[in-house]
Amino acid sequence: MITSLRITPARPGNPFVAQVEQISGQKILACYQCGNCSAGCPMSDHMDVLPNQIIRMVQLGMREQLLASKSIWACVSCMTCNSRCPKNVRIAEVIEALREIVLRTNDRRDCLHITELSPETIAALPPIAIISSMRKLTS
Amino acid sequence: MKLSYYPGCTLKSHARNFDDSTVASMARLDVEVKELANWNCCGTVHGLTSDNLIQRMAPVTNLIRAKEESANAFMTSCAMCYNTLKRANQHVRADAEALATINDFLSLETTKYTGDVDVLHLLEVLRDQVGFEKLAAKVKRPLKGLRVACYYGCLLVRPQEVAIDDVENPTVMEKLVEALGATPVRFALKTECCGAYHTVGQPEVVADRTNRIMGNAHSGGADVVVVSCPLCAHNLDHRQQEARRLNSNFHHMPVLYFTQLMAIALGCDKTVLCFDLHHVDPEPTLAGLGLV
Repeated sequence: MITSLRITPARPGNPFVAQVEQISGQKILACYQCGNCSAGCPMSDHMDVLPNQIIRMVQLGMREQLLASKSIWACVSCMTCNSRCPKNVRIAEVIEALREIVLRTNDRRDCLHITELSPETIAALPPIAIISSMRKLTS
Repeated sequence: MKLSYYPGCTLKSHARNFDDSTVASMARLDVEVKELANWNCCGTVHGLTSDNLIQRMAPVTNLIRAKEESANAFMTSCAMCYNTLKRANQHVRADAEALATINDFLSLETTKYTGDVDVLHLLEVLRDQVGFEKLAAKVKRPLKGLRVACYYGCLLVRPQEVAIDDVENPTVMEKLVEALGATPVRFALKTECCGAYHTVGQPEVVADRTNRIMGNAHSGGADVVVVSCPLCAHNLDHRQQEARRLNSNFHHMPVLYFTQLMAIALGCDKTVLCFDLHHVDPEPTLAGLGLV
């Protein structure tokens, strides 16, 4: 897990920051790093970068590190962070934008390959699980 | 009272117990539930991007179906369908340009959607239209002695603008189970996420959530957990085997839909409960209290 960040030459206003703001509809610079989002996140145990760190890294334009992180796929859009953010930043929307940036690129790096599951596994899963996972994790 | 009803895909397959117990218990409350004709998938998960209107097409098509039946509102008991349909409805009501684009895209539809259909969750209908006092008066078999942990998960309470109750401490289901004669227990994790769709690709993540959430319900003294979402139901019930592997002290506990408790208390036929669809059979617990 990253506990400190080395600040890179990228800065707010770069195309990546603008792209995330456009897809998510969020004002990334509103975040003042209180950490409420990470404190309440049910998926934080499975993340390599915590939600508040994700927002900071977006502010700093750290595109490659974010798009390669496990965290953007661990987030399950439960919206706990959104409902507790004192600055009304919708963190789940920001993380969805990061997933979308990966899924909208030509190589379509899907995070779920449903055809690799056995027919028995698929039959045991309710439609609500299969559809929602494909909506979130595949291009 | 008549009410249009949107069941959703999972209620017609893995969660038939939710569908059957909804329809049967509403009939006991003198509510005539009419399933919408030709409904389609709700969209299953509200898309969070601001630039992708295609994700609003499925929910808006359902709103058109309701409008074609002259319904100014419809009810669903599935928390996912409720959340997805209601959020799409709020989006197009607030954004005239988006609504116009969607209507243009759906050019083969003879009815245009104008934001004139309300989406309701069954718990709201029970609280605001039927009333818990009236419900209590219809109870034939009070659920005496049954200690219930009410689980809301995410979709009934987040985000704030679609929450059916307090975001952090909802109590509407507790009031319902009290009206049925059962005893709600303290349940700190009632709005904690169950891990949702990770059950497909990472079932071990969901097993960990199930271990914590069901463990918290058990330590609160619950006999059963009640839910309103077929995905939560699947995770909290069917992932208990994996949860036991993570934690040898894990205590198996039945997971029921709130409508199943209603069906029992209101004296509906046992066939609507479909206990064969459950992983942890609720029958021994309920039979031990003389309820089934």
